[in-house]
Amino acid sequence: MTILIFKIILVLAVFGITMLIAMYSTWAERKVSAVMQDRIGPNRAGPLGLLQPLADGIKMFTKEELIPEGSNRFLFIIGPGIAMLTALITGAVIPFGGDVKIGGESFALQITDINIGVLYLFGVMSIGVYGIMIGGWASNNKFSLLGALRASSQMISYEIAMGFSIIALVMMTGSLSLREIVAQQDAGFANVMYQPLAFLIFLICAFAETNRAPFDLPECETELVGGYHTEYSSMKLGLFLFAEYINMFISSAILVSFFWGGYNFPFQHELGLGENALAIVQTGVFFLKVFCFIFLFMWVRWTLPRFRYDQLMNLGWKVLLPLSLLNIFITGMVMYFTGKLS
Amino acid sequence: MPISEILFWFLSAVAVLCAMLVVAVKNPIHSALFLILTFFAIAGHYFLLNAHFLAAVHIIVYAGAIMVLFLYIIMMVNLHDESGAKKRNFFKFVSAVSAGLLLLVLTVAGKQADLSATVNRATEIGTVESLGHSLFNEFLLPFEISALLFLSAMVGAVLLSKKVNQV
Repeated sequence: MTILIFKIILVLAVFGITMLIAMYSTWAERKVSAVMQDRIGPNRAGPLGLLQPLADGIKMFTKEELIPEGSNRFLFIIGPGIAMLTALITGAVIPFGGDVKIGGESFALQITDINIGVLYLFGVMSIGVYGIMIGGWASNNKFSLLGALRASSQMISYEIAMGFSIIALVMMTGSLSLREIVAQQDAGFANVMYQPLAFLIFLICAFAETNRAPFDLPECETELVGGYHTEYSSMKLGLFLFAEYINMFISSAILVSFFWGGYNFPFQHELGLGENALAIVQTGVFFLKVFCFIFLFMWVRWTLPRFRYDQLMNLGWKVLLPLSLLNIFITGMVMYFTGKLS
Repeated sequence: MPISEILFWFLSAVAVLCAMLVVAVKNPIHSALFLILTFFAIAGHYFLLNAHFLAAVHIIVYAGAIMVLFLYIIMMVNLHDESGAKKRNFFKFVSAVSAGLLLLVLTVAGKQADLSATVNRATEIGTVESLGHSLFNEFLLPFEISALLFLSAMVGAVLLSKKVNQV
């Protein structure tokens, strides 16, 4: 029974933290862009503009809601819901920290450790495009439709390279469970030391999967007004935009877990901390790493211009896909010659 | 009733209902969306049978890739016509007869099936480890041959699309 209560608390905590981080990512994005463009950024709502996300939320909720004529009402409403749902359920398999001991029982700081965790992530990621596609199509607007079509083709293309880059990692770790992959990095080095190419490919694909610049063609404002969310207003637009920030956080968390040691940090067992204290420090380190990646996402967005559509497809199919195949080949060869194949 | 049985009946109801709606609704987009729901229900069945890998791959491949491309094509050609193409009576007759024959075959097959043999729920046959072992040991040759088959199909598709461009 205690495990059930613990899990429920953990689910609520992960949900709350995800929402909080996504909220303050919108604030951080504006501040980062302001610094990069030599501006001040939001500074009216609260000190340093810290209440800005709250103000934005109130604004979104109280705006007029429009459902375009000739659109499919049900699908139009369910589109942002699917986008939000798929963004949130990925958090279930991410290990946020080591074990904590409460009343003699040991609990893992992870909602569920399924033995196909990596496949689960890919499954959720692959159905993540439906929110955008359904929303874009149901809007009954050509710009929305074009945005939706771009989103789907982009995601399908980059999913392949992303999957192949992870295959090399899975070959090395021999496990599809995220907890196992993270635990292995405790003993040795972080996986990025062994798989730098896979990390690079995965990072680029993560940018494409989250529809962030330079891959934000689905919502390219210079050509498509607003892309798939052109017709959306009020909180339904807010959900689409919010889902992007949640995806950014989740992608960063996945990147950290796969390649940067997850919640582990060097010399963590030499500190002489108790199990619970260590778990708390580990969680802190995990979020610190995640914040670094979120900053990277923003840094890239405000630095690089958007790709052209053919450049996007060429990069995905002619550069990343062969590179990831090469990476699998090299990994296999190295494993064979070092006798790590069992 | 144990929870797995409740889930079984729920998933079965969803699967059958959605599969019927796939052919019943007029709008092709709705049809495709119901097909996706059917896939999810079937993936749930795989989970109940302890075939985790199959369930995950079912979602990734069918719901995540193939149906996205289906939707893509339907949206591209923009089939807004909800009236449905007028079918000739001959086709209606033929489809009714073939559907009736299929029903007959399924009923007979179902009647003769041995339902007393229950599936062992604690089986480990569908987990990633055992699936990988049997695929790369016992069934290595068929596995590799089917991989080659897929590769040739891919090359063929690329070649066909190239040919259209030249004309």
